[in-house]
Parts: sequence; structure tokens; C-alpha cells
Amino acid sequence: MKTWLTTTDHKRIGLLYFWTAFGFFLIGGLEALIIRAQLARPDGGLGVSAETFNQLFTMHGTTMVFLALMPLSAAFFNFMIPLQIGARDVAFPRLNAFSYWVFLLGGLFLNASFIAGPLFGADRLSVAPDAGWFGYENLTSRQFSPGPNVDFWLLGLQILGIASLAAGFNFIVTILNMRAPGMRMLRLPPFTWMTLITQFLVITAFPVITVALVLLMFDRFFGTHFFVPQGGGDPILWQHLFWMFGHPEVYILILPAMGIVSEVLPTFSKKPLFGYTVVVYSGVVIAFLGWSVWSHHMFSSGLGPIADSVFAGTTMLIAIPTGVKIFNWIGTLWGGQIRFTTSLLFAVGFIAMFIIGGLSGVSHASAPSDLQQTDTYYVVAHIHYVLFGGTILGLFAGMYYWWPKMTGRLLSESLGKVHFWLTMIGMNLAFFPMHFSGLLGMPRRIYTYSSELGVTGFNQASTIGAFLIGLATLVFVWNLLRTRWQPISAPHNPWGGATLEWAIPSPPPVYNFTVIPTVESRMPLWQTERHAPMRPLPERPPAPIHVPGGSWWPLITATGLPVMAIGALSHVIPVVLAGAAVVIVGIYRWAYEPFEM
Amino acid sequence: MPLVLLAVLLLLTACGGGADLPQSTLVPRSDFSADLFGLYKNVFWWALGVFILVEGLLLVAIVRFRARPGRAEPKPVHGHTVLEISWTLAPALILVFIAVPTMRTIFSTAGHAPEGALRVEVIGHQWWWEYRYPTLNISAYNELHIPVRTPIQLDMTSADVIHSFWVPRLGGKRDLIQGRTNRIAFRADSTGEYWGQCAEFCGASHANMRLRVFVQSDSVFQRWVDQQRASPATPAKGSPAEAGQQVYRRSPCIACHTIAGLSQGRVGPDLTHVGSRFTIAGALFPNNAEILHRWIMNAPAMKPGALMTPQSLSPQDLDALIAYLQSLK
Ligand code: HEC
Ligand code: HEM
Ligand SMILES: [Cu+2]
Ligand SMILES: [Cu+2]
Repeated sequence: MKTWLTTTDHKRIGLLYFWTAFGFFLIGGLEALIIRAQLARPDGGLGVSAETFNQLFTMHGTTMVFLALMPLSAAFFNFMIPLQIGARDVAFPRLNAFSYWVFLLGGLFLNASFIAGPLFGADRLSVAPDAGWFGYENLTSRQFSPGPNVDFWLLGLQILGIASLAAGFNFIVTILNMRAPGMRMLRLPPFTWMTLITQFLVITAFPVITVALVLLMFDRFFGTHFFVPQGGGDPILWQHLFWMFGHPEVYILILPAMGIVSEVLPTFSKKPLFGYTVVVYSGVVIAFLGWSVWSHHMFSSGLGPIADSVFAGTTMLIAIPTGVKIFNWIGTLWGGQIRFTTSLLFAVGFIAMFIIGGLSGVSHASAPSDLQQTDTYYVVAHIHYVLFGGTILGLFAGMYYWWPKMTGRLLSESLGKVHFWLTMIGMNLAFFPMHFSGLLGMPRRIYTYSSELGVTGFNQASTIGAFLIGLATLVFVWNLLRTRWQPISAPHNPWGGATLEWAIPSPPPVYNFTVIPTVESRMPLWQTERHAPMRPLPERPPAPIHVPGGSWWPLITATGLPVMAIGALSHVIPVVLAGAAVVIVGIYRWAYEPFEM
Repeated sequence: MPLVLLAVLLLLTACGGGADLPQSTLVPRSDFSADLFGLYKNVFWWALGVFILVEGLLLVAIVRFRARPGRAEPKPVHGHTVLEISWTLAPALILVFIAVPTMRTIFSTAGHAPEGALRVEVIGHQWWWEYRYPTLNISAYNELHIPVRTPIQLDMTSADVIHSFWVPRLGGKRDLIQGRTNRIAFRADSTGEYWGQCAEFCGASHANMRLRVFVQSDSVFQRWVDQQRASPATPAKGSPAEAGQQVYRRSPCIACHTIAGLSQGRVGPDLTHVGSRFTIAGALFPNNAEILHRWIMNAPAMKPGALMTPQSLSPQDLDALIAYLQSLK
């Protein structure tokens, strides 16, 4: 137990990220199931109240984006990046632990709002955030949202932002500086490349939302008027700031999954990634273009025809590098010897579903056409084809692929296939009909709808689909849990992968590599035209390897942040100061703690 | 691909069935909504083509190249420059065919109605709609009346949070934002009743912020305008409505509602002609005595968060009050 609290080992931190994020994923999923159950019937549904419903969809969106998908990707960054680049750990192991603890505490803080009502004299148990995951001003101003709900949201997101930023810098430095000899930039595995790009997006996009959240906090706590029209402020400013972060954020969510798929497809078709450099550069192009499209979320806000044309144009442009990646993945499969493992199935599922999401994205990009689709279930369909069909299927591909490396135990392939097919059927049944609900006039974020809209049947299909996904997830949970009771038996390289993580035992020893390998090709473990596979590393380290011990300071420093937030929430300044003191003392002690790499 | 078939099938049924659905975007009934639907169809057919092509390629790849014992090791192909260039250019070309009509429609639907259009100011409130006709000197609530085949310009703003005005069969949505004016312009092709609702999340009763548009022939519209312009009916002496008027005068209603000549509250909708409306409370309920009963006694129980406080009136007073409200044609 103690060793887990003080650990700075990237592999343990990766596992902590995994289980925590997976837990939040289940919570977010449960929220979705209540939402779907309510919408199975029109005109009042199952009787979930409007207030509860609004909290559920807000927390569902916030949880899935910030507490499930980003940190599930982070689980793989943590576990895999040092292995893929041939390093013993990340550049700043204690900062890495700090990121994890801040993420955990931030997530708990947000979710505590579900039971914090009585502390704030509210007449209900839950005071969870209820203004949507993009928290549009001026609904979130103190005047229209007087309760602590939005405060939980804006403080929670600020805490989580710190975790993401710290991790972002850590991984950029790690990837740029800790590569094994010979691991040139264009020899990096595609997952490492996509991670690097993602982290550049993180360190540039998160400051933007942090600024927005700080301004919102000033408006709510100190009565400033950044977003309040009566005071000369502008609610549209919030939309610009949020989406300037929000669009890069969607690429932060998808690029890691694209990286995973670019690892899985070559391994299981026994062919190198088709167009490696093109896949890498299209990722870079996506990241740049991703900064120039934010107003496509605001076509109905009335920005005027010139702005609408520009943002419609840039958004269509971004579809090109996205399409290029898809063609390269198909090119990778083409001519290969495809083994249909669960991991490969999920990767192919990713491509098939992501295409649908990309195409509906183009219909959103056509600004006038989007005036009929924005804020309807059609957008909900788009989001889920890219985030579920894309990110989540990609992450599942990664879980089946890397689980043996992370734990030394193989997941069951037959359960995996049940999981895959149930997921595919469930997701299409849940999300495809949403295109029709939207086209037939059903807005998003409504706790009930009139039976006369004629969308009841589509909604019922969606609900059944959602519960199928729930069932599929239970199968997966069972698959994960049953590996705990199995002996550690996975070989070094169960799938015949080409990258460095497969050169070492599963699970890897604390020091990862007995000797740091020298890399000569992009696929070090494979026979290529010019290079023989890397020679196996020695079983035992030829010289003793020093492994740093753990540290309490990352955890202690992290606890200061929710303490500060609780102080702000309850307007007790001494608590804020106490939290700040913990952070400052924590950082100070941490800086002077003897610790070497 | 079964999915494609399913998609097309569903879309066709949706199109066919969409004809009589009140909020369908697939049955445009104005120049504005027809333009948007035309654009959507253009994108849709291109998308369907790309979908079939790319999913088809994917399917062929996984069927043809599945591992079989005895097959030669795959050739380690690393890429192909000509292919890369062509699958960059092909989507770019398709996007040109989408972008050009998109830009054209952006400018043609920018919200400028021709000279002589009927101008209506739309004001969003949590969770109801106010319409002012500055040239006609009348106003309406939740139910918008407009003449058919006449250019209409809506100038829209909000009294509180952001809302979005959306009547799918008549056009796309636009947000209502405090301190700003957003415009849409359209001309309805055919008379009838059109449904819409708020499309931007605006708090507790966002789902219940609905609206109706009555597109009327010129003569019917004119009759409605005359009716709204008239001062409220004076109840006959000794009628229940007259008693109701007395109840109204001494009730808290006057703090929040306007009835011309009686009260000037501005928190809720003007009730001067409430009896002439088909629905109340954001087009959520039919306007009848039973609903009014329940509404007046406890509005938030019927519409979560509604900013009308529950009233306590004796049964006799309530009946009289309702008779009065219903007489306000
Ligand atoms: C605190 C202010 C307030 C008071 C007092 C009040 N109302 Fe209201 N009323 C409102 C608001 C706000 C609405 C709009 C609610 C909505 O649709 O969300 C409304 C709506 C209505 C409507 C529906 C109008 C329509 O066309 O949609 C009627 C009828 C009505 N009120 C009658 C009354 C009567 C009668 C009384 C007195 C017994 C009364 N109200 C007292 C604020 C008030
Ligand atoms: C071909 C590529 C894509 C295009 C052209 C595209 C276009 C768009 C557009 C125009 C919108 C705004 C829709 C509206 O609100 O009316 C949108 C919304 C959204 N997109 Fe995409 N998109 C693409 C890919 C992606 C990807 C890869 C992701 C993330 C994995 C993503 C996630 C989202 C999300 C989350 C929203 C909705 C945000 C919200 O309103 O809550 N999109 N997309
Ligand atoms: Cu976007
Ligand atoms: Cu609304």
C-alpha cells in the first residue's frame, strides 16, 4: 500500500491511471444509462426530474472527457512511452506521480458534488454541475446559477488542468530527451509520435481554458463582469475561449487512439505502417489546423457570413489530413496477413466507425446546413461516432494489445470477441438512430420530448443500444478481473510486435531494460530490408541499476489543491490559505528531497 | 455492407415519414429551410459515396488479406508517393464541391430580408417567447403569427440567458443573446401550424420552451392583427368574468403580468389577449380551464423551474379568474 502511495515508477502510475480512469468511465456510463432510460419514453419519461437530468448530462460529458478518456490515454502514455523510446522512466518521475494524484483528487472533488447538497444548505442531496460540459455563459453567471453547482465545475476543471499541464510538459521532455541511442525522431513509434503531438496540444490548449475558468471564477466570486452583458461583458467571449480550447481538446482525445491503431494494425497484418511519415505529418497538420476551426461550434451564434465562411473552410480542410490517415491504415491492412485478434477487431472497428463520424462532421462543417443540426441529436450522433467509435474503440484496441505487457497476463480472446461484437452492435443501435432523431427535430439536452415529434422509436432503439454497450462493458470488466487470478504467463512478445516494449519481459522489471538498447531501425524487433532484428537483451542487468525510491511529496502537494478549492467553494479564506501552504511547503520539500534518476 | 443499407433504408423511411412530423428538417416549407435542406442533401450524397467507397475498401482489405496458412510473408511495403498524393487530392476536390455551395448559402441566408419585409422582434425569456411587431404595434407570446409568402425578418435577443429560436420546417436556428441582435429572414411557402422549440440549453425548463408559428393567409393574419390591437374585452356586468377581473385586480398576478388598463407587470407574458391563444406556458399545454387551474395553483409543478410562484386562491375566486382569462380574446 505505502509503496503505491509513494511510487514514482511510470508503470505503476500507468496502472493507477488505468484503474482510476476506468472507474470514472463506469460512473460516466452509469450516468448515460440513466439518461437513456429516461428518454425511452416521451412526455415525462421515467420521471427523472429536469434538475437531475441536467446534472446527469453535464457530469456525463465532463466525466467522459476529463476523467475517463483523457486519463485512459494517459495510462498508456505512462506505461508505454518510456518503454517505446527505450528509457528507464519519464523525465520527471515525481511530477508524474503528482499529475496522477491531482487527477484523482480533482475527479473525486467533482463527483463529491453529488452528495454535497446538505453542506450548502441545498434542499437536495446533489449539487452537481448542471450547465452542460461547455458551461455557456451567461447561464453559468451567479445570477442564473446561484448554487455551488457551477463552482464545483469550474474549480474541478482547474484542478484537472494542472494535472494535464504537468503531464504534458513531462511527456514532451521525456520524448524529446530520453530516447535511447539511435531512436531518431522519425524512428519513434507512431503512438509515441501521436502522444508528442497531443502533449503539445495540451500545453497550448489548457492555458486557454484556464484563463476562461479564472475569468468565470472572478465573475462568480468577486462580481467582475467579463461575461455579463449588463456590465459590459460578453457571453460570446466565453464561447470563443471555450472552443479555442475545446476543438484542440477533441484532437487531444482522438490522436492517442489514432496512435494506438497505428501500432495495432502493422503488428497484426505483419506489415510496416503504410506511409509512416505521412501519418506522422498529417498528425502535425491536424494539430495546427485544429487551432483554426473553433468557431464551427458557434455557427448559430451569429458571427456573420465572413467568419462563418472562414471557419467552414478551415473545418473542411481538416477533414483532408484525417482522411489521409484512414487511407494509410487501409493501405497497411492491404496485402498483409491479418490475424483477427480482439485488438485488431477493435482497431478495424475504429476505422469503420470513425469514417461515419468524420462524414457527419463534414455536414456540420457546412455552416448553413449545420444551422439545422447544431444543438440537436445529430451532433450527439457525431460526437459519439468520433469519441466512442473513435477514441473508445481505439483505447479498447490498446487495452487488448498492451494488457499482457502491463500485467503479464493475457486477456481472454473469446470473451474479447463477445465484448467486441456486443459493443459494435450496441454502439450502432445507440448512436445511429440519433442522426434521425436530430434530423426530425429533437434538440439535445432535453429531459423530455413530445410524442408528437415522431422520434420515440428512434429513442427506444438508442436506449436498447446503450444497455447493450453496458452489457458489453460488464463482459470486459469480467475479462479484466479474471486475469488477476491467473498466473503471470505472457511471453515478452505475444503478438510479434516490432517496437521496443516487446523486447522486455511482461510485466517489465522496475528498471525496464537490462541495458539501454541501441536502435537502428523504426521496427527494431523486425527483420527489414536493411536491418536484422535487434539482438535479445541480456536476461540480467550486467551492472547494478539504481532505481530511485518513492516520495510522499507529490501526494502531499496534490492534496493542497482540493483543500484550496474547498475553501473557495465555502468562502472560507483560511482554508484556501491552508491549502496553498500545503502546496508551497510540499513543493519546497520536494525540491530539496534527495532523489536521483 | 449491411450498415449502408440500413442507413439508406432508415433515411428513406425518415424522409417519407417526415412529411407530417411537426419538427422535421426534411420537409422544408420556406425558402430558408429549403436552401439548408438542399445543402444538406448535397453533402449527404457525397458523404454516402465516400462512405461506400472507403468502407468497401476496408471490407475488401480485411476479407482478402486475412491470414491463411501457407501464404507467403507479406511484402514490407512502406508507402507509395503517388497514392499518397492522390488520396490527399481526391478528398480536397470533393470538398470544393461542398465548399462552394456552402459559401454561397452562407451569404444568401445571412438574415437580410428584402425591403418591405415584416419585421418581428423576438425576445427570449426563461422559458417563454415574446414577439413584438413594431410596425403593427402589437405583441404576441409563444405563438408567432405571420402572413404566408411574405418576407419575414426576425430580430432576436434575450432578456436573460442564451436561447435559440428554431422552427425546423421554416429555417435554421439562431441564438438569442442578451445585448446583441441576431437576425434570420425567410418567407413561408404554405399556411399551417409549425412547431419549434428552444435549441440552446437555457436551464431547468429548456426542454419545455417550445413555440408555435401560425402561417396565415393575408386576410386571416389581418383579422388576428385587428383582434390583438383591440383593447381587452370588458366583461359583462354580473358575469363570472367580471368577478374574475376583481380577483385579478387584487391578486399578486398584477406584479408579474400586464393586462392593458389593469396592470403592468413584466415578469411573465402579457395576458391582455391570453384567451386568444391555443397554448400556454411556452406552447407546452393547451389553453383550457383545467390546465389554467393547475397552472395558476402550481406552475413549477407542471414546468420545472417556472418563474411563476404558486398562487393560493379560493376555488370560487379561481373559477372566476379563469373565466376572466378565457374571456380575454
Ligand atoms: C412571480 C411572478 C408571477 C406571478 C405572481 C404570476 N405569474 Fe403568471 N407567469 C409568470 C411567468 C414568469 C410566466 C411564464 C412561465 C413560463 O411559461 O415559463 C407566467 C405565465 C402565466 C400564464 C401563461 C401565459 C402564456 O400565454 O403562456 C398565465 C395564464 C398566468 N401566468 C396567469 C397568472 C395569474 C392568473 C396569476 C395570479 C393568480 C399569475 N399568473 C401570477 C409569472 C408570474
Ligand atoms: C473530419 C473531421 C471532423 C470534422 C469536419 C468535424 C466537425 C465538427 C463540427 C463542425 C462540429 C460542430 C457541430 C455543432 O455543434 O453544430 C463538431 C462537433 C464536435 N466534434 Fe467534430 N469534427 C471532426 C472530427 C472530430 C473528432 C476527431 C472529434 C473527437 C474525437 C470530434 C469531436 C467533436 C465533439 C466532441 C463535438 C461536439 C462538441 C459539443 O457540442 O458538445 N470531431 N465537429
Ligand atoms: Cu470542433
Ligand atoms: Cu433553451
